[in-house]
Amino acid sequence: MKQDKYTEKLTYPVRGMTQLTAAAWSMVIGCPEIAQKAQPGQFVDLLPEGGFTLRRPISICEIDKAAGTLRIVFEVRGKGTKALSELRAGDTVNMLAPLGHGFTLPEKDARVILVGGGIGTPPMLPLAQYSGKNAVVISGFRNADAAILQEDFAKTGAKTVLCTDDGSAGRSGLVTLPLEEEIQAETPALICACGPMPMLRATAALAKQYGIPCQVSLEERMGCGIGACLVCACRTRDKNGGEQFLHVCKNGPVFDAEEVVW
Amino acid sequence: MADLSVDICGIPFKNPVIPASGVFGYGREYEQFYPLSKLGGIATKGTTGTKRTGNIAPRVAETPAGMLNSVGLQNPGIDAFIERELPHLLSCDTVILANIAGSTAEECAEVAAKLDHTAVHMIELNISCPNVKQGGAAFGTSCTAAAQVTAAVRKATSKPLCVKLSPNVTSITEIAKAVEAEGADAVSLINTLLGMRIDLKTRRPILHNNMGGFSGPAVFPVAVRMVWQVANAVSIPVIGMGGVSSGEDAAELMMAGASAVQVGTAIVQDPYAPLRIIDELNDWLDRNHIDSAAELTGTVKPW
Repeated sequence: MKQDKYTEKLTYPVRGMTQLTAAAWSMVIGCPEIAQKAQPGQFVDLLPEGGFTLRRPISICEIDKAAGTLRIVFEVRGKGTKALSELRAGDTVNMLAPLGHGFTLPEKDARVILVGGGIGTPPMLPLAQYSGKNAVVISGFRNADAAILQEDFAKTGAKTVLCTDDGSAGRSGLVTLPLEEEIQAETPALICACGPMPMLRATAALAKQYGIPCQVSLEERMGCGIGACLVCACRTRDKNGGEQFLHVCKNGPVFDAEEVVW
Repeated sequence: MADLSVDICGIPFKNPVIPASGVFGYGREYEQFYPLSKLGGIATKGTTGTKRTGNIAPRVAETPAGMLNSVGLQNPGIDAFIERELPHLLSCDTVILANIAGSTAEECAEVAAKLDHTAVHMIELNISCPNVKQGGAAFGTSCTAAAQVTAAVRKATSKPLCVKLSPNVTSITEIAKAVEAEGADAVSLINTLLGMRIDLKTRRPILHNNMGGFSGPAVFPVAVRMVWQVANAVSIPVIGMGGVSSGEDAAELMMAGASAVQVGTAIVQDPYAPLRIIDELNDWLDRNHIDSAAELTGTVKPW
């Protein structure tokens, strides 16, 4: 990309790049001003090099205000994320951040259950770091090889429950089983979730059944990332019970589960 | 520093670079990056008689050197636009082109009549949206329908009227001549080309609307060709758009016949794109010892 004064404004140094699994990568980006502003649940929008038209929205996995860095964890899904995975410490990346509406944080001493599915797990880490021992992190993956961030979650002091579809690590089966057990053990003040749509739908249904507030982080194919182009539409209920399209990039990515038309 | 100002229908623009309708909303999201006064003008999000919810997502798909979109004219309706958005836009010290659309010629005329009482600088009538079932491109793909809707809107307003044309036609010059004959003061082109992508795994079109509007650098040569053809066919000003992403692109489209350019997809990628294009155009003019951007319009020397 040609480096003019406008592109420079969006150019940040890659501080570190680590491969976590066959598909998942962890990138640390130096951006002190953005790190100061960033909130759990917000995302960054990265433009891969190599002729791509659209940016790739990736949720924030760690906010280090002291070091002035953000960490993101993403999976290689296509050519754009492949190009991003080829960046290394010392390279630069074109980024718009922090974007979107993040999680509304509960009281620090409130019990929260954080549910992550696959590559939806990373945005749960800042919440676990915030709530510490008052958080339960339930994360689900296809198998042991796909599991990520388990040590990071353990370091926060949160209780961690690992699930895999094939039982190759942790509990065998879906995250909703331990979720219901944890709800029954002690009612949480809040459930936060990010992951595949069926998991979010089931989590929202359980939260509703037990009358627990629930916030979900959604994904949609995105354009500008700042709420102008209106492509990343999410069907939601308005105050009068009618339906409307809100936008994942600006109104979300975090929505109140009650608001979403599942 | 070249003189970047241009004049279209008697309206002075401080430079010829205008964010295109759709990518820029009503401008608010971009004020965190720069004052809107730096822009030549703003073509606002297509606005209809009443609120529209738009199409089901996915509404966007990436393509080589471009993208498809099918937003479907999501907008709050003309009354909300006039009440909540227009006063602020008019305070931003740039030219406001209010982009309007409707399912029927009557709806377009009603929207134009409401804007006639405001201080908006120009009305851009969209007869080329590919993403709605009624109106939209249906107006823009036949000379008769294009003429009818232009005539209806012309009667409803004395504002400068620019008609935004569809490239999805056999002869864009015939449509351009038809709207000129009904009193259009300018034409803008090209709107997006109708396109489609399919997800190989699911065999589903990527866009929920199946088809959508194709834009970005990939369509730029089509824009140059159509702007050139239309500029040679009509005597009203042409505002060019379609894949403009650099100052050189702007200069090229102006040589083809455009009095100003609109920028769409480049802004989706980079919010600073219009400012970079303005700077690059200025640099290009300086390097080539051209005093004024307006001198470029229509100066192509065809073989």
